[in-house]
Amino acid sequence: MRHLLTTEGLDAASATAVLDTADSLKQTLLGREVRKLPTLRGRTVMTMFYENSTRTRVSFEVAGKWMSADVINVSASASSVGKGESLRDTALTLSAAGADCVILRHPASGAAHRLAGWLDEAGTQVVNAGDGMHEHPTQALLDAATLRERLGDLGGRRIAVVGDLLHSRVARSNVHLLRTLGAEVVLVAPPTLVPQGIEHWGARVSHELDPELPGLDAVMLLRVQAERMHGGFFPSAREYSIAYGLNERRMAKLPEHAVVLHPGPMLRGMEIASAVADSPRAAITEQVRNGVHVRMAVLYHLLAGEEIAA
Amino acid sequence: MSLVIKDVRPYGEGEPVDVLVDGERIAEIGAGLSAAADEVVDAGGAVLLPGFVDLHTHLREPGREDAETVETGSAAAALGGYTAVFAMANTDPVADNAVIVEHVARRGREIGLVDVHPVGAVTVGLGGEQLAELGAMARSGVRLFSDDGKCVHDPLVMRRALEYAKALGAVVAQHAEEPRLTVGAQAHEGANAARLGLSGWPAPAEEAIVARDCLLAGHTGAALHVCHVSTEGTAEILRWWKSRGAAGRVSAEVTPHHLLLTDDLLATYDPVNKVNPPLRTDADAKALREALAEGAVDCVATDHAPHAEQDKDCEWSAAKPGMLGLQTALGVVARTMVEPGLLDWRGVARVMSERPAQIAGLAEQGRPIAVGEPANLALVAPQDRWTVRGGELASLGHNTPYEGMELPGRVLATLLRGRITAREGEVRR
Repeated sequence: MRHLLTTEGLDAASATAVLDTADSLKQTLLGREVRKLPTLRGRTVMTMFYENSTRTRVSFEVAGKWMSADVINVSASASSVGKGESLRDTALTLSAAGADCVILRHPASGAAHRLAGWLDEAGTQVVNAGDGMHEHPTQALLDAATLRERLGDLGGRRIAVVGDLLHSRVARSNVHLLRTLGAEVVLVAPPTLVPQGIEHWGARVSHELDPELPGLDAVMLLRVQAERMHGGFFPSAREYSIAYGLNERRMAKLPEHAVVLHPGPMLRGMEIASAVADSPRAAITEQVRNGVHVRMAVLYHLLAGEEIAA
Repeated sequence: MSLVIKDVRPYGEGEPVDVLVDGERIAEIGAGLSAAADEVVDAGGAVLLPGFVDLHTHLREPGREDAETVETGSAAAALGGYTAVFAMANTDPVADNAVIVEHVARRGREIGLVDVHPVGAVTVGLGGEQLAELGAMARSGVRLFSDDGKCVHDPLVMRRALEYAKALGAVVAQHAEEPRLTVGAQAHEGANAARLGLSGWPAPAEEAIVARDCLLAGHTGAALHVCHVSTEGTAEILRWWKSRGAAGRVSAEVTPHHLLLTDDLLATYDPVNKVNPPLRTDADAKALREALAEGAVDCVATDHAPHAEQDKDCEWSAAKPGMLGLQTALGVVARTMVEPGLLDWRGVARVMSERPAQIAGLAEQGRPIAVGEPANLALVAPQDRWTVRGGELASLGHNTPYEGMELPGRVLATLLRGRITAREGEVRR
């Protein structure tokens, strides 16, 4: 594979290879005073973010720097984009300026696919850091890495994805990857946040969280993406919180070993109670930490010539 | 000037005959007529049809002359077998007044490759609020009004438009799309859009408007034409409406792309496949083919919508909706309707020429191939297969979704009032 655009189509062996690499990178760097590997010295990685993002951009930047790549951040507002330059032209410019890899965050679903098509000839590789409502493959990989740490092998595990399934790229990437890794996925949301056609996702859909809780190995909460909402998908934040918010009462219904994940940024009090977010059940800080190692692994597999089949 | 089309089969029926065209009309149909004519077209047994009439063409002039002009669009029409096209009103400025429609009509006449009938906007600036001066445009010859690209969604405005157009002997052509159900819509709402993260354009957004407009047309006795029917549900509503006693004057068109293409193409994220209404499912396409065959949907209209390269070579959501259609329509109809046996060539004449001419009230188009009738004709070689290349089409925009696709049925020649406008892939001015 030349690019990482989706987890859909990423086979189990390739996904596991990335996760194993992330593990060993984490072990290698653990306790080191100088967290820097020479692996990608001389390679240029450019991040191109057309949406606000702190954690994903920083995570990719740190990952590149720890691998000794030259990392350049292009923010859409500061570049020619403000002058009306097309995505294609901006991408070709970055490629011509020496990008070996472009990491793209874009509000349009499919933007990374388009970019990969335009840059294929130049040999520039593309990592999708989130395209609209489509996919966010490195988020799914870091979630899987975190779940593996807590739960071991994901085969046969039951994991609920709760929240805005309609607009969430994290949900789509996670459903594909978790199923590929052998987990059973339960999707929980009010019907207004469930896309038509979800029955093809290979996951059970439920509109009630409480009955699912005792049988879960993990709960993955999705951000309620207020900025994408152009209509009343639910009556009020309060009502959402009452039905789907992960509070202490609900956490108590989970099995002892169950893990709570959230891709951030969290809406405390609405999607997740503070006491849950800060509890030992929650792996939210670990997700961020693993994000760096997973992205190092992705860059390693793409740029250091290790093939990922997809 | 006289011309003989030798060895041709009108409607693809019976033994080949010769058709003598003298001046603007068909003078004689029989055997061995070639000696009498100034020019001879040897048809080699090809099919002769009445020239096609397109109720739905975007010529982009004025405003987007980088995508299409009346001149290039007329060439595409002639090459596609068309002898009349209706140029949609969503130009810049909008054709919501007599000045713009007269300009478009005059450009069409100057170029002379096809009869260009301007469509007038229903509302000022396609804004959906205030009726445009339909009367003034009607006095300039406009017979079809449409806000195409936008829906006349306000039921009271639509009612008034239908009523007002009735006195003018005009038809209101509706782009059926309830805008509250399609905010930000990018693709047919279904499994593919869900998987690909594209905001859904739900079928009921079309069906609800079509149902409402049928009721309004019935209530007012006015003439309604439904543009680009795209769903199985709409076909069912039309079938039901037309089966009633008091169906009034409701007609409908389907595009070639909705007959052939489906939302499986979304996976490419290539905006050449982006169109409004969107490509739908295989079940929808199948239902539309059946509805066209049986007449629930009256005719084929191209929704020919050229776009400049930069408006398509971009991310999906930034791209403009629309695709070329004039030069591929016959081929797609041959592939989806004729080859599977849903229509014979007489049926093709009905859906591509006769019905659209009747709907728009064109007296001299869509006429029988008979002595004394106007020589508006399309000569089609049904066995010829050809490969679509966007760069070889006459339009300025190259946005064809059929790039590289092999289609059956080649237009060999087009005659407009006895004059050859296109022959063997070349236009004749």
